[in-house]
Amino acid sequence: MDSAAGERDVLISVRNVSFRYDGQPVLLDVSLDIRAGNFLALLGPNGSGKTTLLKIMLGLLKPQSGAVSLMGRPLAEFKDWSRVGYVPQKATHIDPFFPASAREVVAMALSRGPQETEEASPRKRRDKAVERALELVGMSEFGSRRIGSLSGGQQQRVFIARAIATGPRVMLLDEPTTGVDVENQERFYDILAGLNEKEGITIVQVTHDIGIVDRHITQVACLNQRLTYHGSHEEFCRSQAFRDMIAGGNHLVAHRH
Amino acid sequence: MAGLLSFGFLQRALLAGVFIGLACALLGVFLVLRKDAMVGHGLSHVTFAGVALGLFLNVMPLSMALLTAVLAALGLMKLKERAGLYGDTAVGIISSVGLALGILLATLSHSFNVALFSYLFGEILAIENLEVWLTLGLAMIVLAAVLANYRGLLFLTFDPDSARASGIKTSRLESLLAVLTAVTIVLGMKVVGILLVASLLIIPAAAGLQLARRFRQALLLAAVASFLSVVGGILAAFVFDLPASATIVLLSFVLFVAAFLGRRVKGTA
Repeated sequence: MDSAAGERDVLISVRNVSFRYDGQPVLLDVSLDIRAGNFLALLGPNGSGKTTLLKIMLGLLKPQSGAVSLMGRPLAEFKDWSRVGYVPQKATHIDPFFPASAREVVAMALSRGPQETEEASPRKRRDKAVERALELVGMSEFGSRRIGSLSGGQQQRVFIARAIATGPRVMLLDEPTTGVDVENQERFYDILAGLNEKEGITIVQVTHDIGIVDRHITQVACLNQRLTYHGSHEEFCRSQAFRDMIAGGNHLVAHRH
Repeated sequence: MAGLLSFGFLQRALLAGVFIGLACALLGVFLVLRKDAMVGHGLSHVTFAGVALGLFLNVMPLSMALLTAVLAALGLMKLKERAGLYGDTAVGIISSVGLALGILLATLSHSFNVALFSYLFGEILAIENLEVWLTLGLAMIVLAAVLANYRGLLFLTFDPDSARASGIKTSRLESLLAVLTAVTIVLGMKVVGILLVASLLIIPAAAGLQLARRFRQALLLAAVASFLSVVGGILAAFVFDLPASATIVLLSFVLFVAAFLGRRVKGTA
């Protein structure tokens, strides 16, 4: 593949990014390309900078050095945020009494207008986008339920629906299965795999749990302030980085089904 | 009732009161959910300083109140960001300084008189025609701004990080919310006075939130609670010769209690 075609495939490019918090290094000279079509697991122990890197990619944090570009544009100039979906870490921070239905939560992502559809009126376009997103995550029948009345797994599915409502090319998820029971985690990853394989959405997922995503991920990136591995999932499982991560006593859940 | 409503001063009071109440109710829902309910209280003390400054300089107190309230609201935002203070601490600082300045200026200008007391306790039944139009204009601006930015404000209130990550200019919305709150506090000062204006922001919103299961419902119920409080309070005050500000606030509290009991009976989760 020539370099021009390769560049077009890169959705997120991180170049020499370093970040310190209160003088303490969190990320050191990290460079990473995320290409279209992949399902990438961003692994690392606690405090390795995974969430920080995710937030830098989204423009929520500014690195002290280095640069990020999204779909070929420098982050500061990037405007097409409907192409980027974000599912934050589970929501112990979400007010359980917040008066919003699942449908209203999904519609929040369409604050800036939904993607073009054949519907004429903005309201119908928005409603259609919301219903489609809920359907894709299997939450259509829960649309009228208050978000706080849903289980943890159901809430996370609603947040995925919100992230995909705008028709993103890439979706970034930060430990989305925290607090979700194992059975629902399986279902959750099946949904993500469906979005990746059938809807063509590139997925970047911060996780501790390499085992549960074993069946679906295509790429692995390991972070421990620096990028210690980036490559295919198959090669990762045979790599020294994998052995180091397991042997290091870091909090990684590795289990087989 | 028809006889009552034929009085010009009551018509003006009801018209201005209803629109101010609606603006307070809609904005109040966002503030309560953001846990910023006490911002109104803090800004009301700054408004007192603004009124005292206006009386001190012999400049229209309402304009000085508006200026100081807007500056204080924006300053409060920066104080939280730059000084790393908790929200209630920042409000406490602004509130105390505002009140102290107001007392100082009022003392220096010998302004502890009927004029100042009317700002402290409100005088909706004495509102003049020009004030009605000014009030209506500002209230419509607040209502239009809230409705035009409804989705962005909702997203910001529910999940600020995700809102920012979706490309919403959250710092602009924060500034807008701060300015709208300041304007609404100054408007509400006419209805219930500086001492009670924060309650117009908080209590109808809290009543609506007791029963709402969806956000649009919360806004609608808060607006209904505000409407009933203001109209009922003004009419009751006139009929029974009571202070309008206190009657409105106490009626809104009765509605809150009713909503609270209604929620328990309904078993709303």
